[in-house]
Amino acid sequence: MAARAEPVTRSLAGLAALVVLGLTLGTLGAVVWRAGGLGLAEGRVGEAIAFTLWQAAASAVLSVALAVPVARALARRRFVGRGAVITLMGAPFILPSIVAVLGLVAVFGRSGAVNWLLGGLGLPEVSLYGPQGVILAHVFFNLPLATRLLLQGWLAIPAERFRLAASFGMGPGAILRWLEWPMLRAVVPGALMLIFALCLTSFAVALTLGGGPKATTVELAIYTAFKFDFDLGAASVLALVQFALASCAAALAWGVARPSGFGAGLGGVVRRWDGGGWLRVQDALAVGLAALFLAGPLLAVCLRGAAGLFDLPLSVWAALGRSLAVALGSTALCLALALPLALAARRGLWVQVLAVLPIAASPLVMGTGLFLLSYRWVRPDEIALWVTAAVNAVLALPFALAVMLPAAREMRQGSGRLAESLGMRGVARLRLVVLPAMRRAMGFSAGLAAALSMGDLGVITLFADAQSRTLPYELYSLMGSYRMEQAAGAALLLLVSSLALFWLFDRGGRADAGA
Amino acid sequence: MLALEGLRLEQGDFTLEAEWRAEAGARIAVIGPSGAGKSTLLMGIAGFLEPAAGRVLIGGADMAGKPPGDRPLSLLFQEGNLFSHMSVAQNVGLGLRPDLRLSREDSRAVGAALERVGLGGMGGRKPRALSGGQQSRVALARVLLRHRPVLLLDEPFAALGPALKTEMLDLVDEIAGEAVVLMVTHDPNDARRFAPQAVLVAEGRAGAPVATGPLLDDPPEVLRAYLG
Repeated sequence: MAARAEPVTRSLAGLAALVVLGLTLGTLGAVVWRAGGLGLAEGRVGEAIAFTLWQAAASAVLSVALAVPVARALARRRFVGRGAVITLMGAPFILPSIVAVLGLVAVFGRSGAVNWLLGGLGLPEVSLYGPQGVILAHVFFNLPLATRLLLQGWLAIPAERFRLAASFGMGPGAILRWLEWPMLRAVVPGALMLIFALCLTSFAVALTLGGGPKATTVELAIYTAFKFDFDLGAASVLALVQFALASCAAALAWGVARPSGFGAGLGGVVRRWDGGGWLRVQDALAVGLAALFLAGPLLAVCLRGAAGLFDLPLSVWAALGRSLAVALGSTALCLALALPLALAARRGLWVQVLAVLPIAASPLVMGTGLFLLSYRWVRPDEIALWVTAAVNAVLALPFALAVMLPAAREMRQGSGRLAESLGMRGVARLRLVVLPAMRRAMGFSAGLAAALSMGDLGVITLFADAQSRTLPYELYSLMGSYRMEQAAGAALLLLVSSLALFWLFDRGGRADAGA
Repeated sequence: MLALEGLRLEQGDFTLEAEWRAEAGARIAVIGPSGAGKSTLLMGIAGFLEPAAGRVLIGGADMAGKPPGDRPLSLLFQEGNLFSHMSVAQNVGLGLRPDLRLSREDSRAVGAALERVGLGGMGGRKPRALSGGQQSRVALARVLLRHRPVLLLDEPFAALGPALKTEMLDLVDEIAGEAVVLMVTHDPNDARRFAPQAVLVAEGRAGAPVATGPLLDDPPEVLRAYLG
């Protein structure tokens, strides 16, 4: 009974698919063509691959291991502020990575609170730069994600089982062994793979905290080959390596974990009968430390930034304007790609492939390809903002599709048949049925796309010069020239505008929803 | 008015065949065991399911290839007959203009249709502000405005209480006028009350319409097991 999508929708979906394929596989093609005939450039590549894999594995293991006690505590305790902690766990997703890095520098850097404490105790100071800094930042981003994934697993254990366990008089040890351990065995591999894949392609963190032979990821090596050596051949080889790595990771994470966790309700607490005494202390410590670890850097950015906000150079405001334009353009394009794809998709595998491709084709690979395709004809800085908007739109597509595909399916099963029977088509159907039904999902997707694009520090670094910098790039250069007060002000500005964009779009999708 | 010629509908392994005609003004109950294909028959006539063989004719015109919205028929589903984000008047207005660009005259016709089903002055409300019976009336007001020669009912009143259901069936009868009405039902009393004729759907066939009373009084084996 599944009526086919209208011809217009199908053509638009075809067009969207072409755009996505062009920006992912097309740019890869340009890279392959350029890299052809070149041998692997020295040992640098091997080092970069080794470090990329190692830091991703370490970040994944640490994030998940630390998330276990936190998720366990959140699953079995009811306390004031529990909702706030869970919201805080969702925040890093739309938090610009450069802002987080700045916050981490404020807390863990040379003049940060941690080193001040260590100094007071007469202990040696720790440095944030190098492998440990990259991993720390990755844990900062992914501990919350891991916690949310594990918490879902915990809340999926039926309450009756805990009741049954209590009726046998099972203690915490037995419950861990018979109820929680099997759940962890099912959930942990997926969480590990997802975080591993995310850390494999992370660029901004490596750019700011890594570098040098000991802490260069493949993404960063592409940037270095491109920007400092201007060795397009080496950049292309590295881009191929990165695509291969990321495709493997995306394939491994396929099915185990989809980016669908943010909408799910994590409000419930399972009533438990175990866990008094020192377990209570342990849970309080786990949640308290995690909240401190997450909130500390954010708070530091806000406090320092508030002071720097009134002393911002004009270039920051100009960059803010460019970033807003890029974010809005990117959001519009992302929706224009996602809506026809979501509407035309039936059960097709091809939409799933389109939703995974952007993860495999990392931003720097796309950027390198686009540069190779265009640099003979236009100056890179002239198209920097256009390229950034387009690449960001494609990067946000997996998340937009994860939200919009289910909404479109629900609409087809619900009001789709009624609209069909009344002969509603074309623009009238779009206006009267499709947009009202998809509005919420579109608002949420637009919010994600706008926030991701607003905070993105990736492909822009390959193309922009001083006159075409976005706010994250401007912030990065302020950090590079050690103007930390101004950097903090810019970071606060960036943080506020990212969150505001997300909030506005998401709210726009909810407002006046009559259904 | 409605003719099924050598019609064969297929859904996976399931097939349903029908070969009969119904005259204008006919009231036909569609009865049979669960899963026998009663809804499938309606979906085939409505155009949600293309026939594997045979033809559906309405007023002598072949319906092959016509999308559901272009067929001269109205359809009420078990649920989801109203758009919850539209007002009552807009839901009814869709019966006149699927793009809702209503002229002043159209709006007057909507008001009159609502009046006729006993919902005068409620056009501005949202469906969720209405009771189940009132929501059914809104859908019937739209049927009235569409004014099509065939009306297909897929148990739209199943969730209503007995008294309310009887009321709705009377309203359907009044509104449908000369249209052919096919109504899927699980309730023998509804069939007796509303439909002089009945179609038995069982064992891969939708039989020709026969008199309802005798069919229910002396049911064939497949129907007896179902009626209990």
